Formats: sequence, C-alpha cells, structure tokens
Amino acid sequence: MGISFSLLAVTVLILIAYSGVKFAGLHFFFGVVIPYIAIATFVIGIIYRVVKWGLSPVPFCIPTTCGQQESLPWIKQDKLENPSNTLGVIGRMALEVLFFRSLFRNLKFEVDVANPTEMKDESRVIYSSDKWLWLSGLIFHWSFLIIIVRHLRFFTEQVPSLMRLLENLDGWFQIGLPHFYVTNLVVLLSVTYLFIRRVIIPQVRYISLAADYFPLLLILGIAVTGILMRYFSRVDIVDVKILTIGLVSFRPVIPEGLGIIFYIHLFLVCTLFIYFPFSKLVHMAGVFMSPTRNLANNSRMQRYVNPWNYDVKIHTYSEYEEEFRGKMKKAGIPVEKG
Amino acid sequence: MDTKRADKTLNIDYRFPKTGWMDTPVEFKQGMFCHGSKPKDLEAVGFPNPREWSSKDKDWKLPANWKEIVLNGMKERLDKYRSFKLFMDICVRCGACADKCHFYIGTGDPKNMPVLRAELLRSVYRRYFTLSGKLFGKTAGARELTEDVIKEWWYYFYQCTECRRCSVFCPYGIDTAEITMIGRELLNLLGLNTNWIAGPVANCYKRGNHLGLEPHTYKSQIEFLLDEIDTLTGIKIEPTFNRKGAEIIFIAPSGDVFADPGTYTAMGYLMLFHELGLDYTWSTYASEGGNFGFFTSNEMGKRLNAKIYAEAKRLGVKWILGGECGHMWRVINQYMDTWNGPADFLEEPLSPITGTKFKNSKTTKFVHIAEFTADLIRHNKLKLDKNRNDNLKVTFHDSCNTSRGMGIFEEPRYIIKNVCNYFYEMPEDTTREKTFCCGSGSGLNATENMEIRMQGGFPRANAVKYVREKNGVNMLANICAIDRAAFPALMDYWVPGVGVTGVHELVANALVMNGEKERTTNLRSESLKLATESTEVTEKDKKQRH
Amino acid sequence: MYNGSKIIVGLIVFAGIVTFPFIYNLGKVNAKPEPKIDTPVIQQLKEKNCIESKEFMKANHMQLLNKWRDMVVRNGKRVYVNSKGEKYEISLQNTCLKCHSNKKEFCDECHNYMSVKTHCWNCHLESKG
Repeated sequence: MGISFSLLAVTVLILIAYSGVKFAGLHFFFGVVIPYIAIATFVIGIIYRVVKWGLSPVPFCIPTTCGQQESLPWIKQDKLENPSNTLGVIGRMALEVLFFRSLFRNLKFEVDVANPTEMKDESRVIYSSDKWLWLSGLIFHWSFLIIIVRHLRFFTEQVPSLMRLLENLDGWFQIGLPHFYVTNLVVLLSVTYLFIRRVIIPQVRYISLAADYFPLLLILGIAVTGILMRYFSRVDIVDVKILTIGLVSFRPVIPEGLGIIFYIHLFLVCTLFIYFPFSKLVHMAGVFMSPTRNLANNSRMQRYVNPWNYDVKIHTYSEYEEEFRGKMKKAGIPVEKG
Repeated sequence: MDTKRADKTLNIDYRFPKTGWMDTPVEFKQGMFCHGSKPKDLEAVGFPNPREWSSKDKDWKLPANWKEIVLNGMKERLDKYRSFKLFMDICVRCGACADKCHFYIGTGDPKNMPVLRAELLRSVYRRYFTLSGKLFGKTAGARELTEDVIKEWWYYFYQCTECRRCSVFCPYGIDTAEITMIGRELLNLLGLNTNWIAGPVANCYKRGNHLGLEPHTYKSQIEFLLDEIDTLTGIKIEPTFNRKGAEIIFIAPSGDVFADPGTYTAMGYLMLFHELGLDYTWSTYASEGGNFGFFTSNEMGKRLNAKIYAEAKRLGVKWILGGECGHMWRVINQYMDTWNGPADFLEEPLSPITGTKFKNSKTTKFVHIAEFTADLIRHNKLKLDKNRNDNLKVTFHDSCNTSRGMGIFEEPRYIIKNVCNYFYEMPEDTTREKTFCCGSGSGLNATENMEIRMQGGFPRANAVKYVREKNGVNMLANICAIDRAAFPALMDYWVPGVGVTGVHELVANALVMNGEKERTTNLRSESLKLATESTEVTEKDKKQRH
Repeated sequence: MYNGSKIIVGLIVFAGIVTFPFIYNLGKVNAKPEPKIDTPVIQQLKEKNCIESKEFMKANHMQLLNKWRDMVVRNGKRVYVNSKGEKYEISLQNTCLKCHSNKKEFCDECHNYMSVKTHCWNCHLESKG
C-alpha cells in the first residue's frame, strides 16, 4: 500500500508540474513562486524542528559506549568509540556523520540449517559483516551532496574554483558530451538498491511506511528528470541559469522556451525541500542532536546537571532506624538513638 | 546431549504475518510475560492507580481518564527528554536494528524488532502530536490510542531488557532502552507494572534492598558466608555494618548476599577486603546497589538511589566502592550524580593500598570493584595462585549495562587473566559493545516468564555453546548480579555443564591469604584436586591459553 | 542540559550554507550572456541561418560537434546533411568558424557564464579574427 501510494503521489506531482506549465502557462508560478516557497520552508522548517528539539533538555548523560572507557592510566581507552572529552566527541560525530560509523558495524545473522526461515534447537547462529546497507547509504548521501554542490554553477556567476574542481572530478571519465557524471549513475543505482532492499528484505518491508517509499521515489524522479535533461531531452542551460540566477539575486525572470522537463525537475526538487523538514528526512539535522552519540562518557568525572531535577520523597535513615531499631540493637548493628 | 532437552525445542519461525503489524492483534502467550503488580507494592511507594488486576483478564480496570493520563504523560516526557522527542522523529526505518535484538532472534516476533517496538509508541505519537499523523492517519503510520494498544505496550515493553544493543548499530544512535523506559513510565501512570519489579521496588524502598532483608537478616546472611570462609580458609573475618568513620562504604547488589552463585562473589569481596585490611563498612540501610526503580520510572530510580549518598554522608566515609552489578553501574555512571549529587561531602577516591587516584570517578566518588582490583593486581599487591582455578575454563560475558552504558571491558579481563590459566573469548560479534543480553535484565528475571527468558537468552547461550564445544569452556564469568541470577537456568537449558561465576569469586579462589590453611576445595566446596585431575589439563591446552 | 549555544551555532552554519547562493549574489549585477553574431561574414549573408535552427543549436551544438568529430576523425565522412536536406562540409574551421569568427564574443560569452570548458581548442587553432 505504501508503495502504490508513494508512486501515485510522485506521478501526481509530475502531472501537476506538466499541466501547470503546458496547459495553464503557469511558468512564473512554477519557476519562481514555488522555488521561493520551497527554500523558505526548508530553512525555516529545519530551524523550527531543531529549535523544537532543543527546547527539550537532555536530562542525563546517556552516550552509548562502544569501546573501553577512560579508566586506569595503563588501560588504553577507545577515545573515538567511548570519548570522555569534547575532542573525542567531535571525532566520534565526524565518523558518524561523514562515514556512517554505526552502520558500518552492521551484522547479519544467519541460521545454519537447511531452512533459514526457521531456527531449530540444533541451529547455530552465525553473524557476519553486512556492509551493503552501509555502502549504498554512504555513496547515496555523498553523491547527493556532490550533485547539490555541482548545481551551484547555476547559482553563481563566477563559479568558485572548488566547485569547478569537484565537477571536473565527477566528470573525470569524459564519456560523451556533455560529460557523463559518475555521481548521476551512483545516485540512480544506490536509490534503486535502497528501494529494492526495502521491498525484498522481509523485515524492512514489514516496517516500511509510505513515508519511507515516497522520498526514495521522489529522489528517483528528480535524478531521472535531471539525467534526461542533461543527456537526452536537452534544454538550454543558459536559459536555466538566467532563471536560477534571477532567483538568487531576487530579480526573477522567466526565459522564453524553457523545456517542460526543467519545470518538472524543479517542481520535484521543490517538493523535496518542502517535504524535508516535516518528514523522517530531518535525520540530517537530528543526527547531530542524538544524545547517545554527542555526549562524552564523563559523567563520573564531571557533574552533569539535569535542569528539571526535583526533590523526591525518600525513605530516610531515621525512618528506617525507627522501624528496625530493636532488631538492629539486638543484632549488634550501631544505631543513632540509643 | 541432555535428553531433557528434547521437549525444549526451539522452533522459531522468521516468516512474517500476512497482516500489517497494526492489524495483527497482540496475543498474550504463556510464559512470555510476568504477573501484574500488586496494589500493596504500588501503595508502598505511592505509585498511582494501585488495584488488583491481572494481565490475563480482558478488563484491566484502567482508570476512567486513562487516555488523558497517557497523552498528558507523553506530552510531559516529550518536553523533558530530548532523546524521546528526537527518537520519535528521526527514525528512517532502515532496518539496521531489526535483527540485533536478542528477543527478535530468539522469538521471531516482528514486534520484537527494536524499530517496531519503538513504532508501537511512535504510531501513537504521530496520531496525537504530529500534523501528518492527524491528517493522514494510518498512511502516515499513525494509530488511535486504545486499550489494546496499552496491552500491547505492556506486553512488549516488558519484553525489552533495555540492553541498548540496537543503539550501537543505529546510524542515529536511537536507543530503544530510552523508548522502553518512557513506555514503562507511561504504563506505570496507569498502575500497570509487573509484580517482579514492583515488589522489589517496594522492598528496597522500605528495607533497603530488593529482597526485603531486614537489617539483622542482612547481617546474619553475611555472617553465614563468613562461616563458609572460615571453614574453607580457617580465617575469621569480622566485617562491620553501618560503622561511622570508616574510610570506604561498600555497596553491592543484594543478590550477591543472598542467592547462589552470587554468594560466592560476595565471599570474594569479603576475603579480598580482609586480606587488604581495608577500612570499610557495609550498610544495611543502603544495602542495595541494584535499582529496580530504574526499570519503573526515573523518579523511582532516583528515590531508591538517593540512599547511597545519604548513607555515605551519615557515616562520614571518604568514598564509595561498588560491587559487580550491571544496571547498578549504568545508574552510577550515567544517572547517580545528576540525580542525587553533588557528593561534595566525599573525597576523590584514592586506593589506600596502591595510592592510585581514580580520576575517572572524580565527581561520583564511586569506584567499580573491577577497577579497584585491577589496580591492585597491576601493583602486585595480591598474592595469587592461578592454579587453584585450573578446573575452570572460563569465558567472560560482557553485561549490557556495563558495556554500552559505561565501557568497562579491559578491567575484568585483566583480572580474570591474572587469576585463571584458562580464559577463552566468545566470538567477537557477541562480546564487548556487541554483547548479547542474558535475556533477563531490566526486571525480567521472574519465573513465570521463563519462556521469553530462555528465548531471549538464546543468542548469548549459543555463543557460549560455541566456546564450550571449541575450547571446553565450563564457566561463564560476568560482573552482573542479574547475570548470576539468570544464567544458571539459561545454561542448564541450552548449554548444560557450564557454571556461572562472578569475577571476584575467581579472585578469591586464587587469592593466597595471610595465615590461611591449605585449601582443598574452592569456594563452592568442590575438591581442587579432583577437579584438576578430571579436566585433563594437557600441555597443549596450556599453550593455547589466552 | 540544553546546549543552546551549540545548537544556535549549528543553525547559523546551516542557514549560511543554504543561503550561500543568495549571499554570494548580493549586489552583483548579473548580465545575461549575449553572444554576438555580427561578424562581417554573417552580415553579408542574405538569409541569416545556421546549419540547424537557433533553438536546436543552443541546446545541442556540443553533441553535434562531438558527432562531427567522430564522423570525420573516425569514419572519414565530411558531409553533413541537415534536417532540411541541405549539405554542409563537416569542418569546425571552414564551416562553423567561417561565420562565427568571434570566439570571444560568441563562444566564450555563454561558456564563461556557465563555466563550461570546451575541448575544441585542444587540437584546433583559435581563429585570430
């Protein structure tokens, strides 16, 4: 159900952009109004979400420790997996955010019998490294980032040299004209893999919601329209840049004769931007906020304060002694009041 | 193989139901859940809505405004815990956690996948706290809060041991333990607890320990252990109780004082401290290191924990030494000072024997006994005869809480390697931060839920079985009182012939005490001579060690 | 604890990155590229048509040039038949640059604007005009 719903949603989005431009002639709406709404929603939305999380405190120091703690001087601490200071936390977070450290640990468990869907008494469980999710996730995210950075050539008149370098690296194979970008292929492949695994791995299919399929299909739609536009149904990129530069310099213009595929691509991108802050995609910001990763395991060394800590009723020693004084004295346990 | 095991077949079906999880009603299976809490235990600590009820009944006698209580409770906790709010929002359902849970591996029940356990709560969060859930309902993964949902929560939040293994693998560090804790707090607001947790909480509150031992009983129980030590070594030990002016107060999980095989570990503490001439005292008021309140609500955890600092202050000790316990140490490491600190009336812990400053416990002033003993051994302060443990081929189980909520891995291993000749590691994907739970943590070690305990403990037992077959391992060491209480049954069930021990029992076996008579047995009165002969220690084995 | 200052710093960095294109273009006059087609040769033409339509050439000239290179260098074919059936000699120098002799005002105008490098001049000589 989630798949068909998401497929339908993406199809409807494409049709909206198509008919809006083709039949209703809403070039300005789809080329200028929607993009402004999208970028504003994205920025404000993410800030709103982060601030909302931030308004709830982290009452306890609860890092998930994945290595040896700081202990006696002769015991080697695992400073990245169990950091005890800010530097270590920065290192741990960098590994997490840039290289998906936790996902890299992924194991798969298999049952060593004829029918692996059932485990019997004599079965032995075997754990082995499973890096496919990590690999596909990592290359997907990195490709997506590179693609976004590459697109900055549409938004800067003098394209900064760093972006040009990135673009040259990405098009390094110099296949065809315009040059084929490695990231385009990688994004297509990795999104497809992520989609397929969601459908065929029973555990993942069982937990998947429409909100899991939709972003994948939306991103697939964005990638496909982008690739079509670059290699097959070509549009004049000078016109595209006139439009995009118009947007970012707040002097919007709609060039004549831009292909509809561009508007579809743009509309899907805008949808992604609008959808982003209000969906699971906010994990982009959330990963930085996760208390099991971004805290140092030093709460035995440094006091960690809970802002809403309140006094509680406890059973005091005097209440305890009051109840058991006789028995305590008899047993030779010292008491406060003779 | 044990013939008794024929009727204990594990037959797990990993195929998924045809219906989606929201449309698959919860089925209360025999042996998978604990008895419900009794009103007297809730009343003892002032918990809300105490009443007679049974989880097997159709009507759970929820208070009339139960829905309002739960939703307000969720709102309050969303505002109090960033972890809860964040973990409700950012899961992408990648499935990395799915097969990391010992309960999922052992039961094949999809709702035991950490992601789905969280979705049980998340679906209600979406329905009442997010716009998309209010608008799109089920399509957005939202569902109504009904009595059946409450029952499902109760069933599955007490099928999670808060072991945090899933959190190790989650790319965002989503910690199901946090979600289970919140889930249990919400249930507790409705008076829905388990007898096995609420009982010990009430005991601990009034009498100082989970078992409800009154002061004189607690003392006489330890005196019984002293007699055992006397028989074994000829040494009379006279520890003190509630003594003012001692340098150190020692806090152990009460399970060690009361039940085998934990008692041997307690004997180990007593023998070690005596040999060192340590100026320390036990307390009958703060006679519990463990904290079942932590399995109920944050507030109850704090209320039980408060006694430790209060007692340390009353007795005027300098610092606190803590015994081998799992969740006790998660609490000490990550909660105690925040709850009940600052412990500014204590001094920075310093070993009176070696002069080592325990810098990592600067603020809590609470030192783990494995840190303490490892430091002693490192400084050659103990006379150890490793051969006395030669009847044992030992493997070490990393307890969940000390692994993933603290990171104490090397200290116990260092000790074991110094007191045992034969030590073997289980496969690396089942140890250290990836360790598997005993299946009985967080208050699940009751008897009526033995089925889920055996199933949840299966992955751990399977790894023990591996080293048993490969290396002939016959002893499972650990630093957790719940492990010592839960593993004997698990080992008998899956890996018969493997015993369970605390690390300080092994220390005490090897510890050569001043003035002791020649030992003919170990702490368990097993003949050393006989045992050594029967285990066929060959030269090859000796080479293989470590 | 809230860690409010760290969150605020993070959000400022985030907003800075996302709004980078807007900030970058602040106060910049962004002239549209206007390739010039007023070379002497073009001015003398009666019908000012390129080998294909202007729209086609704008979007596809690079692919056409790529195809031409392959046709000549790899297959030895020197004749291009356009969509109207007219024949042209395949030659950058003698066909394209005959009219568009003003690389700076013609080619570079858009290529610089889009930051697209050409490979033409790796082999060919730039026209002096």
